[in-house]
Amino acid sequence: MFAFCTDPETLNRAAWMACYLTTGKHVAFYGAFGTVLLLLAVTAPTALAFGFLGAVAARSRLWLVSGIGRVYIALVRGVPDIAFFLFFVIALDQAFEWLRHQVKCPDWDQPIRQGSDFVVCAAAKLPLSTAPQWMHEVYGFLLAVVTFAIVFGAFAANVLFGAMRAVPRAQIETAEAYGMTARQTFWRILVPQMWVYALPGLSNLWMVLIKATPLLFLLGVEDIVYWARDLGGTKTPQFTAYPHGDWRMWYFLALLVFYLGFTRVSEIVLSRLMVRLTHGQATLAGEAQRKAAA
Amino acid sequence: MSCWETIADYAFRSLGFGERLLPRTDFTVCQQFTLIGSGMLWNIYFGAVALVSGFVLATAVALGKASAHPLLRKPSEWFIFVFRGSPLFIQFFFAYFAFLSLKSAYPFFDPFTSAWLGALIVLFLNTAAYSGEIFYGALLSVPKGDLEAADAYGFSGWRKFRRITWPTMLRLAWPAYTNEAIFLFHATALVFFSGFPARQQQGDALYYANYFADKTFNPFVPYPILAFYFILLTLAIIGLFGLVNRRLNRHLPQGTRPRMRLRPQIVR
Repeated sequence: MFAFCTDPETLNRAAWMACYLTTGKHVAFYGAFGTVLLLLAVTAPTALAFGFLGAVAARSRLWLVSGIGRVYIALVRGVPDIAFFLFFVIALDQAFEWLRHQVKCPDWDQPIRQGSDFVVCAAAKLPLSTAPQWMHEVYGFLLAVVTFAIVFGAFAANVLFGAMRAVPRAQIETAEAYGMTARQTFWRILVPQMWVYALPGLSNLWMVLIKATPLLFLLGVEDIVYWARDLGGTKTPQFTAYPHGDWRMWYFLALLVFYLGFTRVSEIVLSRLMVRLTHGQATLAGEAQRKAAA
Repeated sequence: MSCWETIADYAFRSLGFGERLLPRTDFTVCQQFTLIGSGMLWNIYFGAVALVSGFVLATAVALGKASAHPLLRKPSEWFIFVFRGSPLFIQFFFAYFAFLSLKSAYPFFDPFTSAWLGALIVLFLNTAAYSGEIFYGALLSVPKGDLEAADAYGFSGWRKFRRITWPTMLRLAWPAYTNEAIFLFHATALVFFSGFPARQQQGDALYYANYFADKTFNPFVPYPILAFYFILLTLAIIGLFGLVNRRLNRHLPQGTRPRMRLRPQIVR
């Protein structure tokens, strides 16, 4: 990176550190923090959408739809999220390939599950075996996003389901008395009012989501945990210009500090958002704000 | 091989008893059920020991955070912040590598690098922080009237805490604490995926479920089995904590007793 980095052995400590922390692999490590932020940016709205659908399904009057919604919400509660992550990554992959197999190779006569193998025709492989490396990485990342969205969607569905029930019944009745249809009541009365009840749960969920991002490592994505293990391990002079002992502890300490800072900042932002949303609401906190202003 | 033989061979495989070799080909559902169930022993061990020991520290931390003295309050606040603000997964990794470094300097730390002690310590501290925050919140909402009544009856110091403040705090915190217990048991599934080695393939339920999913390349059998076990465990926790909840609330009039809900809040 720097011009003086050509011969690391002659450098003093500070310069050595500066060179060491700007090697190509370290830059990839810093880029992995971007992967985490990208995952959060994509997953949070997707999970919210899944949650909204789940909550609406659970409230449905059709028992089948309502049953599906409730099972979706309930299942995630009983089982560790990491189990879902490990499950969905393979299951989704196989489901996609199976679907493509049915469409693309209808005249395939062998069974797909042969003992311990999952065999689909070459055209149904995802991504195609001829695809470049970045396609494989993007596909892996997308699988991770969908997995996160499914799991956290169930959590969000639970929060939104509770929030919809927390909206005062009188509000709905008033809407009905004014002659609004069920659809109008839902979109104009229920949905705008539920957010203030949902926000404490959703901000909690955001915190949990942040703290679940290192699980990306288990899904085979080259994320910060992967790089921290890789870079921190003992390096001997044969293989690198920057030999050092086992520094993995310090790399994980850095990750710990990163997450602490991240959750702290989120906490502050979310509490401000809560103040905003409470404004003018018929709740205890909203009333307190009104009195303070008057 | 009949299913009974499989159970006899593998029921305590996770603890190192019975058949040494894991099945490699021709996996049966019975084998998967037995081995994953055998792994559950580890989850129960981690969860139960961390919960019981964490309970004590959590009470201390909650009292510390509620204390007026900064020397007690600040460390408690920081403890809760550090363990609640960072992912358990990273805590496991950090602790494992920290113990590994310590071990190379002092042989005393040798057992700390194995899961049964090292991971247990992390889980213990982690649950103490989460429960500490729950207890702290409950401590702040102990009704003023109860404490004034205690004063009027001549309670003070330790006796007042033991007889009035602490039981009320527990009573108020219990539903949230139940939720935390469920999450703690779920969190135990992370142990063998975060640095801590499963020596001689003695792992927890998820370790074996993952083993079967990798070997058969069919996730649709082992993970539902795992889910079955964990749902059973979750129901058992809710049942057990419900009994304690009944006891904690037994002095209240029938109608106002808070009931344990089968659908508690799910987010930690």
